[in-house]
Amino acid sequence: MTTEQALYKYCLRLGDNALIQSYRLSEWCSNAPLLEEDLALTNFALDMIGRAQLLLSYAGVVEGMGKTDDDLAYRRGERQFTNTLISELPNGDFAFTIARLFFTSVYEYYFFTELQNSADTTLKAVAAKTLKEVKYHKAHATDWMLRLGGGTEESNTRVQAAVNALWMYTGEQFETDKADAMLQDINIAVDMPPVKDKWNVYVQEVLLDAGISVPVADYMQTGGRNGVHTEYLGHILSEMQYLQRAYPDATW
Amino acid sequence: MAIDSQLAIWEVFMQAKPGANYIHAGSVHASDKKMALQNARDTYTRRGEGTSIWVVPSDAIVASNPDDNDMLFDPANDKVYRHPTFYVMPEGAKAI
Amino acid sequence: MDVLEKTDSIQAEMLRHFEEKIERGDAIEPRDKMPDAYRKHLIRQMSQHAHSEVIGMQPEGNWITRAPSLRAKQILLAKIQDEGGHGLYLYSAAETLGVSREELISQLHSGKAKYSNIFNYPALTWADIGAIGWLVDGAAIVNQVSLQRTSYGPYSRAMVRICKEESFHQRQGYEIMAKMMQGTKDQQEMAQDAMNRWWWPSLMMFGPHDSESPHTGDAVKWKIKRHSNDELRQKFIDKTVQQAEVIGLTIPDADLKWNEAKGHYDHGPIDWNEFYRVISGNGPCNRQRMEHHKRVHAEGAWVREAAEAYRLRKEKELLHL
Ligand SMILES: [Fe+2]
Ligand SMILES: [Fe+2]
Ligand SMILES: [Fe+2]
Repeated sequence: MTTEQALYKYCLRLGDNALIQSYRLSEWCSNAPLLEEDLALTNFALDMIGRAQLLLSYAGVVEGMGKTDDDLAYRRGERQFTNTLISELPNGDFAFTIARLFFTSVYEYYFFTELQNSADTTLKAVAAKTLKEVKYHKAHATDWMLRLGGGTEESNTRVQAAVNALWMYTGEQFETDKADAMLQDINIAVDMPPVKDKWNVYVQEVLLDAGISVPVADYMQTGGRNGVHTEYLGHILSEMQYLQRAYPDATW
Repeated sequence: MAIDSQLAIWEVFMQAKPGANYIHAGSVHASDKKMALQNARDTYTRRGEGTSIWVVPSDAIVASNPDDNDMLFDPANDKVYRHPTFYVMPEGAKAI
Repeated sequence: MDVLEKTDSIQAEMLRHFEEKIERGDAIEPRDKMPDAYRKHLIRQMSQHAHSEVIGMQPEGNWITRAPSLRAKQILLAKIQDEGGHGLYLYSAAETLGVSREELISQLHSGKAKYSNIFNYPALTWADIGAIGWLVDGAAIVNQVSLQRTSYGPYSRAMVRICKEESFHQRQGYEIMAKMMQGTKDQQEMAQDAMNRWWWPSLMMFGPHDSESPHTGDAVKWKIKRHSNDELRQKFIDKTVQQAEVIGLTIPDADLKWNEAKGHYDHGPIDWNEFYRVISGNGPCNRQRMEHHKRVHAEGAWVREAAEAYRLRKEKELLHL
């Protein structure tokens, strides 16, 4: 694997996470529990689409085959997507969506904080921009975790169920492979163990505050980063890519 | 049909740029301060309209009664001596 | 003078005062005295307007996940989000008259409050997203620009903000149509088909002809409404015909032609039977729109409850500290 190939993979994974998460959040549009929350979730989806554009465009440049962000978003198949599984799970109820946003935004907050020190100037710039956005996502998600955990019996039950169901998907966020190691050697990629530690501390603290018990996982799901997904991803793609696939000669 | 809660109303005031006055932008619904501030941010700053936000519970605002307008505001109308143009300055005086 | 006569004369005095203010062009503010009929008309109009913005999120929302490029998805999301914001501003404006958002929503659900008929039509293809932005928002903005000068202050301020945000909505829709008309044969057909389906309903958005419109009298006298239905409709037609020509779309009206004497386009008869059929609940999507709104409202109840319960708990904790 060349450095370019490793960097391509790295950008693609980050871009795919943003793309698929934005897809799920955008499904909340006109479906949120309060009009104000509808606007908030849409704001987050828009942040993420913007991030996906930056990262997928850059992946295209690094790959050097002349592909655009849209080519990568709309013309790849299930096995070529490298987002984490947690990003693609269906929205479930509001508690599930908030718990997912909580787990991912806390991860992203620590991850992009570190990525700001990347030796790659593009990633460094993306990280600086993204950090401002995910800081807010994290604050919003944290506040809702506290409200749902400390709200009614029903909300506590729902958010606890969401946390339990999501927990085994949280581990994948911190996985690394040869590509990461290569890039880390040249100070491009983020060193993951410290990110994981910080994530753990913050998450446990909030869950405790919220009256939600921390699940114990005997197994963490894996595969997304290598293109082995849940069955849900295929449905996302068949919807998302429908026009591009049905009218391959058209531009929109 | 049962009417449920849409949460309390908060008034939103925004400062368009540092140093400017805070101006009433509108209102949002929220159950607590943090939510009110976030909802104001997500509703009223989507086009970079603000650099600072105040949120105030709507019921904390005390408004004057239009029926009192004559006693509240009319008496100020004849106090012309509060305005600089009331004074006659000697010809030729500068920077005053 | 007996008591009744006295209240009558106070009432008459209030009305005279109010109408003088309207005459002068002063804005009416929430705490000002106003005739009951004015208040009622405003609440009805603002809530119908708010509901329209919110229900209007659905047909376009139907295409968010299928938007054909990242740019298109971004634009569409931002646009629909704006509409949600508009609903929010308008509910807020209505709330200044003492009616709560809860109450307004329950009136929508009981069928007492209406929303714009146009959103009872389905968004079938991607070209419909273009047609909605170009024609539906285009028609709406004609009305909304006129409402910026409406006599009720909070309504007028909401409309000013809304118009500012609306300015990209029509353009993004027109851009979609223009691109498709420059595209493949399939795309051109899709665009024309959307045009054919959305043109007449868009004209109906302005409401019945002035000769048939029951509420116009007071609303115009009190400057809630600043232009008549037919005036606004004509304005929309006049500006849209040229835009259609530029991108090669045909307006589906054989009787449409320029009237030199009037300086306006004449148009063919509007099918008011269809209009009243849709209003009375038999449009293609009436049921789905209401079911969607009710479902979301019901599904969100536990969340709002939890937020309130959390606040109460925190307040209690603070007291016991
Ligand atoms: Fe609209
Ligand atoms: Fe709107
Ligand atoms: Fe609009």
